[in-house]
Amino acid sequence: MTVRVRVIPCLDVADGRVVKGVNFVDLKDAGDPVEQAQAYDAAGADELCFLDISASHEGRGTLLDIVRRTAQVCFMPFTVGGGVRTVEDARALLLAGADKVAVNSAAVARPELVGEIAARFGSQCCVASVDARRVGEGATESGWEVFTHGGRRATGIDAVAHARRLAELGAGELLVTSMDGDGTQAGYDLALTRAIADSVSVPVVASGGVGTLDHLVEGVRQGHASAVLAASIFHFGTHSIAEAQAALRAAGIPARGQSGEGWRRPR
Amino acid sequence: MAESVALIDYGAGNLHSVENALRTVGARVRVTAEPDAVRAADRVVLPGVGSFAACAGGLRAIPGLVDALEERVRAGGVPFLGVCVGMQLLADRGLEHGTTAGLGWIAGEVRAIEQTDPAIKVPHMGWNDVAPTAHAGPAIEAGEAYFLHSYHFAADDPQAIAAMTDHGGGIVAAVARDNLLGVQFHPEKSQAYGLALLTRFLEWRP
Repeated sequence: MTVRVRVIPCLDVADGRVVKGVNFVDLKDAGDPVEQAQAYDAAGADELCFLDISASHEGRGTLLDIVRRTAQVCFMPFTVGGGVRTVEDARALLLAGADKVAVNSAAVARPELVGEIAARFGSQCCVASVDARRVGEGATESGWEVFTHGGRRATGIDAVAHARRLAELGAGELLVTSMDGDGTQAGYDLALTRAIADSVSVPVVASGGVGTLDHLVEGVRQGHASAVLAASIFHFGTHSIAEAQAALRAAGIPARGQSGEGWRRPR
Repeated sequence: MAESVALIDYGAGNLHSVENALRTVGARVRVTAEPDAVRAADRVVLPGVGSFAACAGGLRAIPGLVDALEERVRAGGVPFLGVCVGMQLLADRGLEHGTTAGLGWIAGEVRAIEQTDPAIKVPHMGWNDVAPTAHAGPAIEAGEAYFLHSYHFAADDPQAIAAMTDHGGGIVAAVARDNLLGVQFHPEKSQAYGLALLTRFLEWRP
């Protein structure tokens, strides 16, 4: 076989608490990002993504502690994004135990930041996030535009050209989120995902809009994504990670087949 | 008392992830860059992420460390595990960011993964097969593990290849010879499979 399409649950974290999280019944504290991460690790998630949406500086301080504690108890790779503005921000997260950092708004203002992080720590840990909306071909060349501030602020930048530039600067992966689709459960923007995936050599993670397992399959088949990110369908218990992986496999897409079993903590 | 594992601290990014995983499977870990500590270790683990050149440079920047590794691992024969770039450093040379000499313990060189097909993405990122060869030894079992790399170990001697994976063509997933073991994937990030592999490494008596 070949490399598996990754199924990635995403946890939104604000001021150290999960904002929109999973309803696993056996959690002591459902708002604790570390407990949620552990639950996903046990469930066989291929990777995890933390997105820090804290408004305050103090809120961000707690993030490093969450990353440190997660790294101690989880044995899957995890990406941390939200508020990464400098090489130092990236360094602090990586030192705390993040495997990859995602750069978003700061790379809109200054794409070179991606190159600086990649040069310092390697492309493999540098994820560039692209939040886009469909604006039509009259507005930008590709018809998609980069938006910041949770999709509220237009930038005038062509999303596909921006994505290509970030990959050329050294991003090892692109996280492409449709701000039109985000939260709608209507499915990924497949044309957007595909336009970017087909124009870069690095893996693309599809994000924004998943409501069903078929959406994950479409993200790969039609969107050409290497990984599929979702939040609500996992958090609300609509589907398990194993069901998502099984749905991909049933569609003939390589996905991971084993659960978290096979190893027991020694006495 | 449990054997001591020297986890080499030379500025590699995944040091603490590897430490956590080793401790979780019951290892007594000493994180160290001191040559004397390496000489006293029962097992040695060399982590590594980033570029071959940066990692090789970081290792050589610590006075006496490479000599101590040569002495304890090569001459002393204690079990050794290299992870990701720590595995690649076993090669004669790496071609990432110019040509850099490796430890030269397992013949071969570390080259860029060629993108032969646009659908094959580089970095090779994600879970993929670990398919043991006839030369795998007891530590390597078949399974799925997490890979994250843009360069791969092209080993000269087929008998040194312990496992393969496939990403637009065959990629060496693990190398092994005598008391040396190197894995291209990340056992510390490969959930149950990875922890089981580390457990087998700790039990390995080459």
